[in-house]
Amino acid sequence: MHDHDGHTHDRGERDVGDHSGYESGDLRVDVLERILGENERTADANRSDFAAANVAVVNVMSSPGAGKTTLLCEVFARLAPELRVGVIEGDIETAIDADRLAATGVPVALVNTANGFGGECHLDATMVRSALQRLALDDLDLVVIENVGNLVCPAEFDVGEAARLMVYSVTEGEEKPYKYPVMFRSADVVAINKVDLLPHLDFDIDAFESNLHDVNPAAGQLRTSARTGDGVEAICDWFRSVAETHVRVPTPHDEDE
Amino acid sequence: MHELSICTAIAAIVREHADGRPVDRVRIDVGALRQVVPDTLAYSWEVTVDGTPLAGSILEVHEIPAVLACGDCGADTTISVPVFRCPCGSTSTSVVSGQELLVTSLELCPV
Repeated sequence: MHDHDGHTHDRGERDVGDHSGYESGDLRVDVLERILGENERTADANRSDFAAANVAVVNVMSSPGAGKTTLLCEVFARLAPELRVGVIEGDIETAIDADRLAATGVPVALVNTANGFGGECHLDATMVRSALQRLALDDLDLVVIENVGNLVCPAEFDVGEAARLMVYSVTEGEEKPYKYPVMFRSADVVAINKVDLLPHLDFDIDAFESNLHDVNPAAGQLRTSARTGDGVEAICDWFRSVAETHVRVPTPHDEDE
Repeated sequence: MHELSICTAIAAIVREHADGRPVDRVRIDVGALRQVVPDTLAYSWEVTVDGTPLAGSILEVHEIPAVLACGDCGADTTISVPVFRCPCGSTSTSVVSGQELLVTSLELCPV
């Protein structure tokens, strides 16, 4: 019924290793293993490398088009005189965003996730680990990981970061924290971006901020416009504080079990 | 579609524990606070194991409700919407369950 590599495994004669819960004649094998355990172990290895190089790492996440890249370009221009910043840029395809960020003068390691299984919709710890080899960590103070634009998947994958910034644009609607709670709960700070568009929209920013507070009472909230520069200095201050303190913040798997 | 990544990770764990023995059923716990869709997961499992020794095995998803413990009044509350507030009004809550993403057990094929 199952074609399992053509061998017959006689339980009486073959050492099957340490499979706790397995006994001869028993068809049930107890496992109790975290599905993302391998990713968590790689994320911990990344975290050790970041600590050894004394570099602070921020994972930046959003839906496609929320303005991550434009906001980061503004932030890097302001941080350049005081902090040595490097970028890991995740995109399914193209180097367009990587080129825009590199134009600000920061070193960029691009990860096109289409090389992965089925064109991954997120960065995982292994992809970040492969990109690390292309950044001189010892020469940097801050590494910013621009994740793949997606409100679901990136939140599930710890990549070894110290803190998470979510960029959310006011064109996305007030109800999104309820629809994408995993992402909104995983953020330490949410930049509510494109506030220069508010006069043209029906978006109720107070309702959004209240919804976000329902889902993640601990998240910091900052109103920003990469276009006008509103709030950009406040985001820079947050990056400065992360770079200074290397805040170790809870990641989703810390709450497991 | 990180369900495919998750299924790839499940398959690696199953292969290790099955150690070549044919697998009939894989049981996993998925917390309500994981943005994982059980139907998508079952479909992704078929795609992931197609053409491998695990083809034909069933992925059995056990959904675990989201439960909060209140840091102020001490009550446990099961939530069905992602509002992390105790009925007493406190937002000082911790998650008791709902974050699970575990392979719990395998059922081997009878020989």
